[in-house]
Amino acid sequence: MNINRFVERNLRWIFPLPAATFIILMLVFPVLYTFYVSLTNWDMISSGAVSFVGLDNYLAMLKEPRFYNAIGLTFYFTLLAVGLETVFGVIIALILNREFRGKNLVKFILLLPLVATPVAIGLSWTLFYEPTIGLANYALKLLGIPGLKWLASNATVIPSLALVDIWQWTPMISLIVLAGLAGLPQDPYEAAIVDGARPLQVVRHITLPLLRPTILIAVALRSIDALKTFDIIYVMTSGGPGFASETLNIYAYSLSFGYFRFGAASASLVALFAIVLGCCVILLKMRKSQEL
Amino acid sequence: MLRTKQNRWRTGLGLAMLLAVALLVNLPVSQAENVTLRFVAANHPFYDVIKPLLPEFEKQTGIKVRAENYEENQLTPKLTVEFTSNASTIDVFMTRPLQEGKLFSRNKWYEPLNRYINDRKKTPARWGWSDFPKSAVQAVTHQGSIGAVPIVTEWQVVFYRKDLFQQAKLKAPKTLEELEAAAAKLNNPAGEFYGIVSRGQRGAAVTQFSSYLYNFGGDFIKDGKCVIDSPEAVKAFKYYGKLLKNYGPPGVTNMSWPQAQALFASGKVAMWTDASVLIAGLLDEKSKVADKIGVALFPAGPAGNHPFMIVPWSLAIPAQSRNKEAAWKFVQWAASKEIAKKAQLAGLTMARNSVWTDKEVLAKIQPDLALTAKQTGPIATPYDRPLMTAVVEARDIIGDVIVKAIETGGNADIESLAKAAAKGVDALLDKAGEGK
Repeated sequence: MNINRFVERNLRWIFPLPAATFIILMLVFPVLYTFYVSLTNWDMISSGAVSFVGLDNYLAMLKEPRFYNAIGLTFYFTLLAVGLETVFGVIIALILNREFRGKNLVKFILLLPLVATPVAIGLSWTLFYEPTIGLANYALKLLGIPGLKWLASNATVIPSLALVDIWQWTPMISLIVLAGLAGLPQDPYEAAIVDGARPLQVVRHITLPLLRPTILIAVALRSIDALKTFDIIYVMTSGGPGFASETLNIYAYSLSFGYFRFGAASASLVALFAIVLGCCVILLKMRKSQEL
Repeated sequence: MLRTKQNRWRTGLGLAMLLAVALLVNLPVSQAENVTLRFVAANHPFYDVIKPLLPEFEKQTGIKVRAENYEENQLTPKLTVEFTSNASTIDVFMTRPLQEGKLFSRNKWYEPLNRYINDRKKTPARWGWSDFPKSAVQAVTHQGSIGAVPIVTEWQVVFYRKDLFQQAKLKAPKTLEELEAAAAKLNNPAGEFYGIVSRGQRGAAVTQFSSYLYNFGGDFIKDGKCVIDSPEAVKAFKYYGKLLKNYGPPGVTNMSWPQAQALFASGKVAMWTDASVLIAGLLDEKSKVADKIGVALFPAGPAGNHPFMIVPWSLAIPAQSRNKEAAWKFVQWAASKEIAKKAQLAGLTMARNSVWTDKEVLAKIQPDLALTAKQTGPIATPYDRPLMTAVVEARDIIGDVIVKAIETGGNADIESLAKAAAKGVDALLDKAGEGK
């Protein structure tokens, strides 16, 4: 009857309602529920009812060597992967920013790793890295370099995994930086040419400082993802050999779907959430301080 | 475990989202003549055998079967999540008695099958429950309640290259000393050829390490205490580590059976100790060594010979199923003598006595493999991992000692590592009320 009037009077509530409901159900509720479970002793191993145990899971976590190992490896992997992705990504973007024949083809080829399925990538790279029958060592031998163990030794497993991440995600940094390059003002460049600056000086003193906010955004986006990397590590090593590539997300997976200790798993996920959030805040602060 | 209403409500709430999709396809079925069973299987050769036969069952009974299959590491979490939510629509599932048996029976997720098996109206005598070996029946029985029907069986063997052994004038190893000597003799790292491979990947290695452990006189658990720090167990860790470090391929600490099988099938290793069932991949058309494979009884150690022989997979009905009668018909059919014979002819090793005396089967099966089955049966240990609820975590703890033993060729301080690991497993036993 008066439905139309009701709708009209409450338009500003009704229109965002579907989106808000979706976000609450799919984002807010799971996060809060995870936090709640992290305060209980819910697992499938011990008998007895689930009860509230306060911060016990967090205290136990802080006594667990595997947790510290996982934190260290998470940062090691992220710094290595994102660091190199940023360097290569910016270089590739600067090269692609000039006009040359076949530019679009190169851009297309760059995009391919981005759209490939992580599990398939992981499986192919695993074969590639196989020390005895893999291509990687075969190629090294042709060059007269002795083969490496790649994924199978504690020293090389994280760099080997980071290499896969670099191969897959460097193009994303390039794309973001290219977009940034397209929007740069022309005046400083004209001034520099008039003053007789060499091309490298132009890059160092004009392009890179102007690009800084863009690069920081690209780094922030990549870091959030790299800290949470799961698929390629799970497929390629499942955290092995031993626990040498067990990052925080892999550890949380073991706790929840391997050991069925949901309380402890939730606590480690809350820790991961806090780390990712912390890194985000720091990177965005850095960007803000760059903006004049 | 989660008995109170409040807990059930909370658990259900938390998993509701995961299951929203499952609920959407949850159409209640009440008429017996129009039943569709949901069958959740593992990626296992047994599933490959019965999948094409499902239409036959549907024709015979009028019951429809909707089958889905998962990799074994995804299967347990999938089942656990569904059963925990109390909203499962699964009617029949494949289950690993040694891996999930305790966890699932503790949570009362298995429908006890005793009353189906003992009821002549439901189960004709010729189906033959007595055809299953005693040890297999024990494996699926918890406190008198039969939780599942065994389907396949497997035992640890040595796969070896007959041609290379002949050239080197070697016989199949009968003791662990001979195994090491043969591995040393055939090992040629410069030519990218290795003496032996066995699993070295953390959790996966534990089951294939078990026969080594038993033959040195060790065990996983004794009287409710973890005993992998006993002197015998430490010797076994050291031997296994030294063997694989010195004569194994590089990267063995990341190898479970697929990687080891690939190396053996591509002709890069002389020997491989693993489960009998894996012969199938060595005999298929992709294998370079299909005509050169020997299978030998697992070699004896200082404490005699007690290799494992287990029921890795069985079929169960969830207590939550709403089509139990139809589900039992399906389990009966899938675990029948006829299907067992078909699977055995397809190269599997089945958990029924009758298939091992069937002339047609014996004519076709790899003769070495049949012999090792006969030899292993009477001396076997019926488990290949610690029998406990928290078996996954325990395997990771013990597996880490195996990895360290391999990395250092058995030269690390295995005593302290094993002691720490035993303590970790004890804590898990106590937590589950299984310790002493």
